[in-house]
Amino acid sequence: MSRSDVLLDVQGLKTHFTTDDGVVRAVDGMDLSISRGRTTCLVGESGCGKSITARSILQLIDPPGRIAAGRIWWHGGEETAEPTDLAALDPRGARMRAMRGADISMIFQEPMAAFSPMYTVGDHLVEAIQLHLPLSRKDATEKAVHLLGRVGIPRPDQRMHAYPFQLSGGMCQRVMIAMALACEPSLLIADEPTTALDVTTQARILDLLTELQDDTGMAMLFITHDLGVVAEIADDVSVMYLGTVVEEGSVTDVFDSPRHPYTQALIASVPRMGSRGDRARRLAAIEGIVPHPLQRPAGCPFHTRCHALIGDVCHERLPDLHSVDGGQLARCHLYDESVVDPGAGRAQLPLLPAAPVVTGDRPQPAPEDDRAPVLEVRDLTMHYPVKRGLLNRTVGHVRAVDGVSLAIQPGETLGLVGESGCGKTTLGRAIVRAIAPTSGQITYRGDNGAVDLAGLPDSELRGYRGQIRMIFQDPFSSLNPRMTLLQLLAEPFRNPALRRDRIDSEMEQRVADMLARVGLRPEYMRRYPHAFSGGQRQRVNIARALITTPRLVVADEAVSALDVSVRAQILNLLADLRDEYHLTYLFISHDLSVVEHLCDRVAVMYLGKIVETTTTAQLFDTPRHPYTEALLSAVPVADPHRRANRRGTRLSDDLPDPSAAPPGCSFHTRCPYVRADRCGTEVPLLRGVGTDHAVACHHAEALTLRGTTSTISTPN
Amino acid sequence: MSRPSDVDQVPPSASEPRGGEPDAELAVASQRTLVWRALRRHKLAMAGLVVTCLLYLVAIFADFLAPYDPNDINADYAFAPPQQLHIVDTSGDEWDWGLYVNGYEQTRDPETLALTFREDPSVKVPVEFLARGPEYELFGLISTNIHLIGPADPDGPPMYLLGASRTGHDQLSRILHGARISMSIGLVGLAMAFTLGVVLGGVSGYFGGKADAVIQRLVEFFMSVPAIPLWLGLAAALPRDWGPLQRYLAITVILSIINWTDLARVVRGRFLALRGEDFVTAAYLDGIRQRRIIGRHMLPSFASHLIAAMTLSIPAMILAETSLSFLGLGLRPPTISWGVLLSDVDVRALETAPWLLLPGVAVVVAVLAINFLGDGLRDAADPYQS
Repeated sequence: MSRSDVLLDVQGLKTHFTTDDGVVRAVDGMDLSISRGRTTCLVGESGCGKSITARSILQLIDPPGRIAAGRIWWHGGEETAEPTDLAALDPRGARMRAMRGADISMIFQEPMAAFSPMYTVGDHLVEAIQLHLPLSRKDATEKAVHLLGRVGIPRPDQRMHAYPFQLSGGMCQRVMIAMALACEPSLLIADEPTTALDVTTQARILDLLTELQDDTGMAMLFITHDLGVVAEIADDVSVMYLGTVVEEGSVTDVFDSPRHPYTQALIASVPRMGSRGDRARRLAAIEGIVPHPLQRPAGCPFHTRCHALIGDVCHERLPDLHSVDGGQLARCHLYDESVVDPGAGRAQLPLLPAAPVVTGDRPQPAPEDDRAPVLEVRDLTMHYPVKRGLLNRTVGHVRAVDGVSLAIQPGETLGLVGESGCGKTTLGRAIVRAIAPTSGQITYRGDNGAVDLAGLPDSELRGYRGQIRMIFQDPFSSLNPRMTLLQLLAEPFRNPALRRDRIDSEMEQRVADMLARVGLRPEYMRRYPHAFSGGQRQRVNIARALITTPRLVVADEAVSALDVSVRAQILNLLADLRDEYHLTYLFISHDLSVVEHLCDRVAVMYLGKIVETTTTAQLFDTPRHPYTEALLSAVPVADPHRRANRRGTRLSDDLPDPSAAPPGCSFHTRCPYVRADRCGTEVPLLRGVGTDHAVACHHAEALTLRGTTSTISTPN
Repeated sequence: MSRPSDVDQVPPSASEPRGGEPDAELAVASQRTLVWRALRRHKLAMAGLVVTCLLYLVAIFADFLAPYDPNDINADYAFAPPQQLHIVDTSGDEWDWGLYVNGYEQTRDPETLALTFREDPSVKVPVEFLARGPEYELFGLISTNIHLIGPADPDGPPMYLLGASRTGHDQLSRILHGARISMSIGLVGLAMAFTLGVVLGGVSGYFGGKADAVIQRLVEFFMSVPAIPLWLGLAAALPRDWGPLQRYLAITVILSIINWTDLARVVRGRFLALRGEDFVTAAYLDGIRQRRIIGRHMLPSFASHLIAAMTLSIPAMILAETSLSFLGLGLRPPTISWGVLLSDVDVRALETAPWLLLPGVAVVVAVLAINFLGDGLRDAADPYQS
């Protein structure tokens, strides 16, 4: 790229935080250049310094942090003007304040938290406009309404008077974008703008950003950990690891032929849409976790987790950014001609080995019995009363789960997907009987015949607590911080029904074995949870769920809180344990690519009801419900080549209020195929359409819906 | 299912953060250890802790530390000002090392007939450590007459390091003895407030529903009653002929009546917050008994918050006792507390005998120290946050 194309040029940026424990080098020698009109994605796992880099550009670093070295050249002024070094400006000075919002603006991850709840959306916008443009209040208001309309907010003149908490997360993010665009900045920094949003909302926000960029020609620095989003939106990619860029290049180059081992491993550890039917396939997980910046390894920072080590040089010297075949740049000794003999031919990055199998020999799968389902849920409802007024009268019900029926066969993994707020977590909690359902049956077939768990009191439920277990989403809040691993894992045996009140040596052995099974060292059993990282804690969670040798495990978003590489490790572990113990999973997730990777069957949930259920392959190839199609098309695919042909169905509005579900088909308010005759009046029932395929749509047969194509280009 | 050898197949990095063992000691540290670690970094809190401990030591060993029996009267020395403790006598030809105070020279104003004191440099009253003084029983068991400091000759002229009161009590001895009542009334009152607060707050927070509504209304009622008039009314209702011990207990009950409401709210709030925590749900799904869920999972998670809240409410108790006694409605002489001592002070005394306000300094020091400690504990209470 020629010099004049560069809008922002970060050279050797170092942002350090002085803490009691030492100097945390959050960003350490960062180079980044952003071209005019292009989208540069900054990708990496959490703790790599992505956000700090973005904040450093705008000089938004709070003490004890400071920019220790480096230059941030801004070429955004007049054509002839000299570039400005932003790092040298006074963070509180007039120059810097004029830059923020006007030349460079930023949008954040938590749209709700970025607004002041005391002011209306209009107040926020008008303030931002008047700060930088010489407009009267009336003109500014006019401009604000125009901006709101432009970011796709319906009825913008009315929404001006709305408070942030009256808008959904997606709407708030749109308002944020409107604010950021108010002064037509040359550069928009988006720090994980869609991470907190639903997949359908994310798709629409990404569409909006792309569209706005086409209109205005602004450059975008897009920070994300999600490779799917990168493939979706990026022109250029910079991969960050421990405060430095390890690889940069165009999005197609990086995805097609990643040069740095970290990039290669990151891409390989993402489950890809279209990879189904290969249940035995394991994700290639990167070993370990990102080290804390205080424990930065010497030499190449990635060498502790690298699968392509060359030799001592990796431990000793920080590699430079080397150009590979004239394409992208990679910070790896593999491409250093003084390290690797150029005569031996072009250095090749070795293929990433498949993740090692944790278990030894696999026991024979239990014989297929009479195919009686392990769990059969019938007409399950979970209603929460909505109380209002002085007398606390019930004025309605939130139908979190509204007449759900499903069955899970032994050894099967059933995925439960849907947007947040659709009731999937409530359903999971009702099945494990963490909450008592309003009505319906939960029939569990254990060793002692079938039993309906829905109506059992606590004392009788205890007998089944060991057989149906749950894995929680948040690895931090689900472990009691006051207990050691040994105590935590022995806790299920305090159950009076299991009658094992003492932690004896036999129990210790059992805990040790279980810890080893989930990939933790048994010596750690006397440690407290605070000594472990998120991924390790999730292993502890899994160990606690499995130590009672259950038959059914409900995993509620078990990998959603984890980083990409750790998520792959945990997914592999879940798959291994399923095969080893012949477990039956109910896998609740909003992430369709994970569900596709792990599940045999999928149930799609919308507003408390199941709208479609079938095998994974059929669901992804030939969805029959418009909602499923919309979900599928919203999932970002980690493949830049499939970007063009997958702009599909976009849902029109956000999830309706579950306390006032629309009449008829609850999806008809958002359905792109809605018809006048039955959709608005008649509730569709779940009915069979073809083999092993049930759908709740009046017009399922008449619709031709798009699934995901399974053609997939594999890296390397 | 057990084959520990499988562990070896696990890549070591999958199970431990790289960069060596970060802190093996920290990894096995229980919550108590972590709180202590956090507290130790809090300098102000550590200072508060030291001072608080010293104050309680003073309360325990008041008999030994005080040079005189606090009830001894020497009417000749009413309103005697504080004496300076000298270490070396330089009045002679050479330095004469040794502790001493100068004796008093009394003059009577011919007009007002008021007695005024002046230090007389010519009179040396030698002072020694571990001096013989009035008899007392240490811990009520060991009868002895040894005091930490006192005039070398018990029958010679007296020593008033912090001056004497209107009736000729040694102010130092009385302040030291006053620590006993003033510092303990907070603890005893707190024990009662704590029991009430935890039980009622726990029921309110864990079970919710009707019990919660009733208890919360009760709390609100007690909070809405103005504290001082309530205390005044209750204290005034105490029979006049009650002995010091009965009165002491009655006052603690009166003080805790107000104080339990705060604790009940803290406990309730914690229970409500914890009920929704995943690890409590997990414990419930483990099928363990409710008693154990409350006792083993919920209570320990906020014990440290509770201790912090309790520590912060001790100063309120001390101040309340002081106020009540100062107003003459709390404890009365011959009981000695800082509040009782302060009730001796009138406007005239402020002019002529400002040292009578010294018990107030003791109150300020105690309240500040415990507040610093409480603040530090509150900050350290959740060591997992950072």
